[in-house]
Amino acid sequence: MDSHSSALPPEKQPLLSPLAWKGVGLYAILCLLVVPLLHLLLDAHSPWHISAYFINLGGKILCYAIVAVALDLIWGYAGILSLGHGLFFALGGYAFGMYLMRSIGRDGVYHADLPDFMVFLNWKELPWYWTGSDHFFLSVLLVLLIPGLLAFVFGYFAFRSRIKGVYFSIITQALTYAFMLLFFRNETGFGGNNGFTDFKRLLGMSITTPEMRVTLFVLSALTLLAALLLCRWMITRKFGRILTAIRDAESRVMFIGYQPLWYKLTAWTLSALLAAIAGALYVPQVGIINPSEMSPANSIEIAIWVAVGGRASLIGPVLGAITVNLAKSWFTVSFPEYWLFFLGLLFVTVTLWLPGGLISLLSRLRKGES
Amino acid sequence: MRRSNPLTPPVCSFCVTFGERMRYPIFRQALCLLLLCLALLLPISTLQAAWEEQQAEILLGSDSEARITLLRQWLANGEPFAEPLYKALAEDALLIGNRRPLRKQDGQLFDLLGNQPLPEQELAVTAVTINNRLRREVQSGLALLRLFDADRGVRLAAANALQSKATLIMLPVLERALQQEKDAQIAENLRLALALAMLGSSDSQLRRQAVLVLAESATPTTKTTLNRLLLPGAETDREVVRQAEIALEKVNRRLLFGEALASLFSGISLGSILLLTALGLAITYGVMGILNMAHGEMLMIGAYTTYAVQNLFRSHFPQLLDGYLFAAIPAAFLTAAVVGILLERSVIRWLYGRPLETLLATWGLSLILIQTVRLLFGAQNVEVANPSWMSGGVTLLPGVVLPWNRIVITFLALAVLALTWSLLNRTRLGLFVRAVTQNRSMAGCVGVPTSRIDSLAFALGSGIAGLGGVAISQVANVGPDMGQGYIVDSFLVVVLGGVGQLAGAVWAALGLGITGKVLEGWVGAVIAKIILLVFIIIFIQRRPQGLFVLKGRQSES
Repeated sequence: MDSHSSALPPEKQPLLSPLAWKGVGLYAILCLLVVPLLHLLLDAHSPWHISAYFINLGGKILCYAIVAVALDLIWGYAGILSLGHGLFFALGGYAFGMYLMRSIGRDGVYHADLPDFMVFLNWKELPWYWTGSDHFFLSVLLVLLIPGLLAFVFGYFAFRSRIKGVYFSIITQALTYAFMLLFFRNETGFGGNNGFTDFKRLLGMSITTPEMRVTLFVLSALTLLAALLLCRWMITRKFGRILTAIRDAESRVMFIGYQPLWYKLTAWTLSALLAAIAGALYVPQVGIINPSEMSPANSIEIAIWVAVGGRASLIGPVLGAITVNLAKSWFTVSFPEYWLFFLGLLFVTVTLWLPGGLISLLSRLRKGES
Repeated sequence: MRRSNPLTPPVCSFCVTFGERMRYPIFRQALCLLLLCLALLLPISTLQAAWEEQQAEILLGSDSEARITLLRQWLANGEPFAEPLYKALAEDALLIGNRRPLRKQDGQLFDLLGNQPLPEQELAVTAVTINNRLRREVQSGLALLRLFDADRGVRLAAANALQSKATLIMLPVLERALQQEKDAQIAENLRLALALAMLGSSDSQLRRQAVLVLAESATPTTKTTLNRLLLPGAETDREVVRQAEIALEKVNRRLLFGEALASLFSGISLGSILLLTALGLAITYGVMGILNMAHGEMLMIGAYTTYAVQNLFRSHFPQLLDGYLFAAIPAAFLTAAVVGILLERSVIRWLYGRPLETLLATWGLSLILIQTVRLLFGAQNVEVANPSWMSGGVTLLPGVVLPWNRIVITFLALAVLALTWSLLNRTRLGLFVRAVTQNRSMAGCVGVPTSRIDSLAFALGSGIAGLGGVAISQVANVGPDMGQGYIVDSFLVVVLGGVGQLAGAVWAALGLGITGKVLEGWVGAVIAKIILLVFIIIFIQRRPQGLFVLKGRQSES
């Protein structure tokens, strides 16, 4: 099993170190004030203006960072590598996408009450599972409920029979693969191949205005911060210590008298919920959700963000998600053929030579200075 | 000039085929007599035959009814000039000159009766023009004429097509074709077409006979025919309806059986591909405890090697092209094994004891391999052709064909399984591999060179996957990301079968293959996959170690 258990952390850890609090402050000023103001107030020709493209890219990457933190909670601290987090991300996105589809109203191509793809399939009424999708709050509830429930049930059965290691990874991969196939079908009722797109408005407001863009960006930034603090809080408490103990020696934890099932299940379900929230924030910003989000390759990519940034550090995965995705958007524009080579090499080099990720590089540098 | 009725012998021979199915000779004779009388009463049979000069007038005339009757009559009698005449009509090239049918081709006139060019001379010719009704008649006539083609394939296709199209007026031609036909399969098709034609008859006795013939067949076309017959109002004779109901039940039962057989077989062949994929995976996972995510790419490499070997044969040894597969098998094994060793030595070796990291690293390797192949061979699928001896198949029942390529890959899988089994159980290397699988440190202690065994096992596993690639290239698409589609399935086989024993992989692969295919026919491919997945998750609840547990003293790490 993975062993990154160096010295045990002290009994009672502070939530964040003074340095980290400063970082939080800086992050808040940057994402909640500077970026929105630069986008909204400055004229498009000003050199300091941040374009809509970058706001969207930034918002997208922040959502990815939330998923990365979610995966770090379960992989870094509980040693459970999920290759299916893309599924929870996409389910959250779909749940919220249903609301967005319904709020298009009659402005679609066919000017019908039903979403366009249903008209196209010649359906006469909404399927039962679309009930309530036109209420915002019900939809938000769905975003949490559906992926959360799936994660809970799946996790309960998997952890109860002590499936772990590569077995668990493969089963989660198969799960997301099966869901991808399911959602590709037109009859499933979620738009088949094309998924949901062409959103018009959110809560009655147009989705393309700069204000809406900035709001979503700020919301993503705040969620990321909240996710980081929540996870940090959990792992600095007793819960986190038991979780890491399970990661390092599950049998021993059981002999001491703990029941690993519930600890794992809590972390797992929470992780899935965070991924789902990220998905719900992601969909209005990119304007599309389709089954390819559930492809196994996407889920594995989430794992590489975490690995590149550094596992069991929470801030590392954020760093990893940002670096890898910036690299991706640069590569796919400049050298599209070489992106897969780069990604593949990244997988190999990080696991071979940098198991601690970028964050370990930083801390090594800091130690070198002092 | 023939005046005798040519229909008599075919009717009798036709009755004999019926008679085989009838128990009482007296009944048979009575039926023969009856059919004979009927045939004589049919309007077609009363017409005269052969080319008579006054018929040229009818052909040139405007009475469609008379023209059609004439055409049918020639066809029914099997006049030698019927075929060229029909063809000329279809191409609007029929002329009448000197009261004889002529055909104009490349400015030269041919006499259709003697089928020879006419000497250059002044001749008053008139073109025969046809309307749409006649054109349809000509087309269906040509379809019937194909039943007399020299080529077996053409006859078979024509007989097949007529199974759903035959009408009463075709009866005489069909009977003649059946009488002449030597090939059993075509004859069977013709009998069905004949039965369909007889269903259109106004005589209920004839219709009853037709239903009896249909009852003995097992094609979807028959089912449609019988269903149509059973529509309310379609058939008035009670007896015929009763017989048709019995016949439909028989046909349905036979069709269901055929379907079950077909899905069983395609399940076995899918299972054998899964087996080839999962065997290698089971070995590497068993020995090293790591899951190689690049395993699917070994399939891809094997398939592309097959493609390369095929191209090599095509350009250098075209006369041996049919045998390229025999060269591709060792080539694919070696290429995949060498790539496997390279991966093991360069990357995987350094990650022992860290299975999750190995998962990620090998995934990265698979991306690199896919992109390399994409750059080398292009992103499109490449074309790997079956050798000619593998095309076609064995017909078990009408409509149930076992394709040769699937039979061959099933046997390939069996051969590989046998070789692997004897390698693992009958050689020193196999002994070492099993020792390392059971207890690595203890094996090391007694002198097994574990690290070399790792490399060899990895090469073996990759090589077997390469053979799987050869198999897949014969039945499915070959493209850069083909491996990805098989990887999840083959992992499930390993998970289901348990680690370290071949038996587990075999049963799991066959089980998943057959259940998958049977479910697929039932609920569709996607739902089938989901059901299987749910089943596996539940199964692991009961037996976390898989179907077959390796016995030995191991503590859970």
